Amino acid sequence: MSLLVAMLSGLLFGVGLMVSGMANPAKVLGFLDLAGRWDPSLALVMAGAIAVGAVAFLFAKRRKKSLLGLPMQIPASANVTLRLVLGSAVFGVGWGLAGFCPGPALVALGAGLPKAWGFVAAMLAGMGAFEFIERASQRRQDGAL
Amino acid sequence: MSIDTASFTPGLSLTGGLMIGAAAAMLVLFNGRIAGISGILGGLLSGSHKMLGWRIAFLAGLIGAPALANLLGDPIAPDIEAGWVQILLAGFMVGIGTRYASGCTSGHGVCGISRGSVRSLVATAIFMATGFLTVFVSRHLLGG
Repeated sequence: MSLLVAMLSGLLFGVGLMVSGMANPAKVLGFLDLAGRWDPSLALVMAGAIAVGAVAFLFAKRRKKSLLGLPMQIPASANVTLRLVLGSAVFGVGWGLAGFCPGPALVALGAGLPKAWGFVAAMLAGMGAFEFIERASQRRQDGAL
Repeated sequence: MSIDTASFTPGLSLTGGLMIGAAAAMLVLFNGRIAGISGILGGLLSGSHKMLGWRIAFLAGLIGAPALANLLGDPIAPDIEAGWVQILLAGFMVGIGTRYASGCTSGHGVCGISRGSVRSLVATAIFMATGFLTVFVSRHLLGG
């Protein structure tokens, strides 16, 4: 049952990205181009998503278990770290270069666009690099102890 | 700044946003999970082989969305302006950046802000700022 919910959630998320225009890099860049002819559409995507999300999280935060009896796994970390700041900065530059963030890139991959496949392959390489660096530094710490 | 009224799609964008919010609401209320795409995808690579099923199911739904949209007779043609070098560089930066930031537009921008996380608000402000800056430099300083 939880797998079916996850799949339907992914499907609805993807259709939402398409309907909203987020899955179209040209529209995303039109939003990010404040100094040019600015398309404010994506601000409304955020507003709509957060309006529904805020109600859902209000309920979710009060519960220990989900409606299917699974543990509520809501992040507890509250610290603004250097990793968060630098990681977000690098992400934003990549977002501005191509107009893709992870969700829309996967939707465009599903639509069969060659450049989306290239973007997702490079994105997985970037995520793999993160894992590699993290494990190497973990090993160094373990070795030092 | 001038508003591009010809491209502005308030109705569709708000509707799509409500759908994205409903998808995130479903996932957290039923499964207790955050609909953060970079985290869901990155979790597949992190080497822990627990809880892979829901990640794969969610991503399958996301990637399957264009097929459903085609069935419903709504073919969209995403317009990708960036060249291949830009695409590959951008993909790598988005991949490594979102993992260090522990989230992207969905995990921080939608879910994080929805639950009132200051950390997510800061992350969103930063990636929007560098996104605006990057487009300003590439379109207006370098002439795109």
